[in-house]
Amino acid sequence: MNWGSLSDFLAMGGYALYVWGSYGVAALCIAAEVFLLIRKSSR
Amino acid sequence: MAIDWFRFGSPQAFFPVAGKMVPWFAFLAVAFALPGLYLGFFVAPTDATQGESYRIIFIHVPAAWMSMFLYLVMAGWAGLGLVLNTRLSGMMASAIAPTGAMFTFVALWSGALWGKPTWGTWWVWDARLTSELILLFLYLGFIALKAAFADPQRADRAGAILALLGAVNVPIIYFSVQWWNTLHQGASVSLTRAPSMAATMLAAMLLMALAAWMYSIAVALARVRSIILERERDMAWVRMSAGT
Repeated sequence: MNWGSLSDFLAMGGYALYVWGSYGVAALCIAAEVFLLIRKSSR
Repeated sequence: MAIDWFRFGSPQAFFPVAGKMVPWFAFLAVAFALPGLYLGFFVAPTDATQGESYRIIFIHVPAAWMSMFLYLVMAGWAGLGLVLNTRLSGMMASAIAPTGAMFTFVALWSGALWGKPTWGTWWVWDARLTSELILLFLYLGFIALKAAFADPQRADRAGAILALLGAVNVPIIYFSVQWWNTLHQGASVSLTRAPSMAATMLAAMLLMALAAWMYSIAVALARVRSIILERERDMAWVRMSAGT
């Protein structure tokens, strides 16, 4: 286990902006794509 | 049992098959992503030189791989349509393009966020970064070009020519780090040498790559279904299944 606590994990050793910025935007892109597809197919 | 694969070249036959496959590939995507993220964040050790910032690799490399691979698959479908004049091929190419563009954007974005702490800059105009940016424009150009034609068959042909010409860019991206002096590091994983990274890092990266692959298949199949419905809406089989 790499992290002593949740705040340790969120801090990412000082690289929180870069790491979470990458994963966050990737997650947003995927969520948007899936949302648009579901909306389109349910019409 | 003999399967007549050509039967699935017809949109009508492929439509229900694609529908059955979507949930399975979506499930596989999640099934690979969860252990991939777990290994990547909780098991893979901190990098000696880059600290925790290197964990961007688990999204960056799979996204970059998919951006190149999806382009080749897209160009392959488009080329097949050009040669065989099959209706489904152009639809498959159209279905892949947005997902390819999305992964290209994610690769560029996560690359910028990785570049800042490791190189001290968000962006440099070097061979790897520039050719990957061109890839994004090729995807967007392909989508825009196809949308510009009212006649889907002409759109398919024009799109196929652009996709095939643009395919030259993919080996340029891949080999750019060998052909030119770039800031971007060389490949950590290749088919010809042992990988230069810890086993848990490699496992996490490969699991995330598989997840991206399964996700792409699920999304492309779901999208091709709506493209089929749109393009074939005047055909009897669509009208019958829609109950009109």
